Amino acid sequence: MTSDHAAAPMTSDHAADIDKHVRVYITVFVALMVLTVATVAVSYLDLSVPMAVTVALIIATVKGSLVACYFMHLISEKKLIHAVLILTAVFFVALILLPILTVNDSFGIDG
Amino acid sequence: MDIPYAEEVRPDTGLTNGKIAIWLFLASEVMLFGALFASYILIRTGAESWPRGDTLLDVPLATFNTIVLITSSITMVMAWASLMRNRFGTYRIYMGATILLGFVFLTVKYFEYSHHLSLGEFPSTNNFLAVYYTMTGLHMLHVLGGMVVNAYFWGPGATLWKTNPVWFTNRVEHSGLFWHFVDLVWIFLFPTLYLL
Repeated sequence: MTSDHAAAPMTSDHAADIDKHVRVYITVFVALMVLTVATVAVSYLDLSVPMAVTVALIIATVKGSLVACYFMHLISEKKLIHAVLILTAVFFVALILLPILTVNDSFGIDG
Repeated sequence: MDIPYAEEVRPDTGLTNGKIAIWLFLASEVMLFGALFASYILIRTGAESWPRGDTLLDVPLATFNTIVLITSSITMVMAWASLMRNRFGTYRIYMGATILLGFVFLTVKYFEYSHHLSLGEFPSTNNFLAVYYTMTGLHMLHVLGGMVVNAYFWGPGATLWKTNPVWFTNRVEHSGLFWHFVDLVWIFLFPTLYLL
């Protein structure tokens, strides 16, 4: 959570605001626990490797998004932080794609 | 000389300098772990065969550790929320719980590592174990680093609360951002190494 004065632990307005957020934190915590059980449960299904990877990464992405948005307050963060993270995400995706393109080793090679 | 914009936000960014700094640091951390995940993909897709993680690793123990780390994330955010509510005593309890849960996580990892090493499973044994030790080892160092910082804010660093509660609350929030990042990394490491 980001206010105009960063953290301001003194005012009653903030206290009421924090109470509301605490309820969100608890809801997110329960969702993370349920998704953790789902992650393990899905691994016991007889899925093909590509399907298992896809499902596991989707669940992990949902869990990661919940942590980032609510525990790390990204959902209410300033634009500058979002800009930094978008730039980071672009480079991260490029980094992850590099080995995939390398494995498909005809990429960029004629013939 | 006072550190500028430790309490008040900078007019041009709308953020404290500490907040920008921790997010820039976390951006670099994303690239650090990103490089390891990219290496993992390269090694795994290039291998003739690759074992499923659950045939070599202890899934129930890792599931327990996942629950421990997620729980430590909520205790961390509750520690910060306690400061925002002016409840320093409650903050101490939540922050103490966060540190304790970090300790539980490392203890479980210690037993996990000990078990593998006793079976002669070293990083040099095969590529799977090399990836496992490298990624979980780096993650463990991050847990340890987060615990040291949190312990400082639980103990000696907490004196700042008496003189400058806003700054102290900001510091705890920044420490929390790092701790949540460590949790986030584990959320991806767990299925990648143990379940697939």
